[in-house]
Amino acid sequence: MKKLSARRRHPLAAVVVLLLALAATGGLYAAFAPADKAQADDTAQSLAIDEGKKLYAVGCSSCHGTGGQGSSDGPSLVGVGAAAVDFQVGTGRMPLQQQGAQAPKKKVIYNQAQIDQLAAYISSLGAGPSVPTEKQYSPDGADIAKGGELFRTNCAQCHNFTGKGGALTHGKYAPSLEDVSPKHIYEAMQTGPQNMPSFPDTTMPEKEKKDIIAYLDAVNGEKTESPGGLELGGLGPVSEGLFGWIFGLGSLIAVAVWVAARTAKAKKS
Amino acid sequence: MSTNPTNDAHGASNSGKKAPAGERVADWADGRLGIYSLAKANMRKIFPDHWSFMLGEICMYSFIIIILTGVYLTLFFHPSMNEVEYTGSYVPLQGQLMSEAFNSTMHISFDVRGGLLIRQIHHWAALIFLAGMFVHMMRVFFTGAFRKPREVNWLFGFLLFVLGMFTGFTGYSLPDDLLSGTGVRFMQGAILSVPVVGTYLSMFLFGGEFPGGDFVARFYSVHILLLPGIMLGLMVAHLILVFYHKHTQFAGPGKSNKNVVGMPLLPVYMAKAGGFFFLVFGVIAVISAIASINPIWAIGPYRPDQVSTGAQPDWYMGFSEGLIRVMPGWEINLWGHTLVLGVFIPLMIVFPLILVVIAVYPFIEAWVTGDKREHHILDRPRNAPTRTAFGVAWITWYLICLIGGGNDLWATHFHLSINAITWFVRIAFFVGPVIAFIVTKRICLGLQRRDRDKVLHGRESGIIKRLPHGEFIEIHEPLGKDQLHTLTAHEQYKPVEIGPTVDENGVERKVTGSQKLRAKLSKGYYGEDSQIPKPTAEEYKEITSGHGHH
Repeated sequence: MKKLSARRRHPLAAVVVLLLALAATGGLYAAFAPADKAQADDTAQSLAIDEGKKLYAVGCSSCHGTGGQGSSDGPSLVGVGAAAVDFQVGTGRMPLQQQGAQAPKKKVIYNQAQIDQLAAYISSLGAGPSVPTEKQYSPDGADIAKGGELFRTNCAQCHNFTGKGGALTHGKYAPSLEDVSPKHIYEAMQTGPQNMPSFPDTTMPEKEKKDIIAYLDAVNGEKTESPGGLELGGLGPVSEGLFGWIFGLGSLIAVAVWVAARTAKAKKS
Repeated sequence: MSTNPTNDAHGASNSGKKAPAGERVADWADGRLGIYSLAKANMRKIFPDHWSFMLGEICMYSFIIIILTGVYLTLFFHPSMNEVEYTGSYVPLQGQLMSEAFNSTMHISFDVRGGLLIRQIHHWAALIFLAGMFVHMMRVFFTGAFRKPREVNWLFGFLLFVLGMFTGFTGYSLPDDLLSGTGVRFMQGAILSVPVVGTYLSMFLFGGEFPGGDFVARFYSVHILLLPGIMLGLMVAHLILVFYHKHTQFAGPGKSNKNVVGMPLLPVYMAKAGGFFFLVFGVIAVISAIASINPIWAIGPYRPDQVSTGAQPDWYMGFSEGLIRVMPGWEINLWGHTLVLGVFIPLMIVFPLILVVIAVYPFIEAWVTGDKREHHILDRPRNAPTRTAFGVAWITWYLICLIGGGNDLWATHFHLSINAITWFVRIAFFVGPVIAFIVTKRICLGLQRRDRDKVLHGRESGIIKRLPHGEFIEIHEPLGKDQLHTLTAHEQYKPVEIGPTVDENGVERKVTGSQKLRAKLSKGYYGEDSQIPKPTAEEYKEITSGHGHH
């Protein structure tokens, strides 16, 4: 100890301490840092990122900036995650056709491989929710009734009782959830696209998302039956009232005209 | 009714063979009920023929259908708000907690034989009943059938419409589903907005805080007993008055204010009306079998913490929804109390106002014309331009409110901004009826001019003739006597004059404000700008005698 304390004031002491501290920090980091991140930079993944970067430069950078930092025409994409890319590009919302109240669902421009490459590039800009696996979003084994309750509590105020969609302010809207794939519904809940709030796993656990997807599949899916006959859009009393006036009262008035035209007078002439 | 033995003696005198069974039954009934004189007076009662006179029948028959199907529904419905767990056959709701009312409606829809069809007939018939009453009322309005002696019957009809609205409202609230629960909350909001007594009324109606555990049972009594009972009574009174006043008819040859030209009740109208009942039932049943209405399984049970977009009432309450949606959210705070004008003005002032305006119209018109005579000949709408314009303005007002009520669906289906629609409705609420009034009046006057032209110059035949000197003329075909009569049968009022304000002795007469107002309104109704003088016989003679074409 005497030796050490004697050299305490040696000109190189500070350098030695600094080196030791650096070695400790680096060693600790190497021991505890997530291994996959460190290894990600080899082969396929970095290739995907490179390809994604090229696609990004052509299709997205004019609005979102050359490095995904965002501009006056589009938000920053740092930290939005692969799930957001998969949803926005996978449903055709991106690339945007024109600026407006909201990006509409339209024809998908990229194939799934390209979308994955774009997603890889965007997630390399900053950590965010990743694309869910099929096990996470498949409606199998979920509680449909519970999903219905969750849907009515969290979603129906914008998307209507069974997900037929609804209006928001100034031309914005909650789109219809018909024919939306379970994966995209899951991603939408996870990332909160456009005007939708996000429901991360901390507020809505994976299990509940699955329940909601199962409910939508049951009441608004391909196999859904409408026990009462024509659904009339599933929009409630407005379409029912229109139908009642036009086809109900309309045909009754037609019948009345027909009955009135068939009078006993006709026989006389 | 006669109980004296001569009847029997009369019967005995013929006793070789018995009277036919029908006669004997009629005799038996007459002896006890006096149906003979009743039948004699009414069997040959005449009704005129016109399709628009059958609109009221549509209402009556759909009302009967509603009562019949409603009785079936009461056999299975439990008007209770006790919470139960759903265990029925609709999978997406299994295990959910709901009121017994909702549970039993689910049971009716999925597990009772024919239950869903009957439910849908009941609901579709209700929509059509109200729509039928609306159109029937407009028919009566535009033809002036509300004039003396039928003002009271107009009020009965109006009451039937308003009571029908509330019977419908209490009815669709019974299943206690998420949509109707939102509607009940809306109504509670309206009650709460009443100054001073609102909170007390709400607590009284719901037996405590909303939603409480009482309102389904209370609405049930109101829906199946109180309101339909009153409506049935009113409907009978309405029909008795139709019989008593006799039916109105359109002008035409042989038709006057003192006769009714048409077919007798028996057999022609009994057959027609009976057949028409089944046609109405048939059309409603087909619609109910084809199209879904109020799918409560998709809507889910009511919970005050949940709400869905697209929550609208049935169409007849839609105008109240529109009023509340477009009203700015004004409120005033006074000494710790809030006066919610944003709810109070549209629902407690404008809502009744829209209804009352049309109800009192006959009395306003009677006052302006000062006409105390009976009217049994109907007006053609064009011949009463101010009335027609008023009616169209009212309908426009109503429709604008309906647009406001569905503003979200207009926005999503036509890709518009909901805010823009709301502003459109706010402005159109004031401007729309005025434009409709002016345009309708112009159209009516135009049609009057055309009638005048037709009477004086005949119908355009479409035949072009070239005269020897080269001129082209179109040949007009003179109308027949029947048509001439029909087109000129209406009466044209003169505007009421205040008259000289100073009499022959130089004494000044006081002119009251109401007299001045009446003269002004009368001028608006019947002044130079409000009707085209109908052709007189002299004009007709002058034109038709001598120089052929003009």
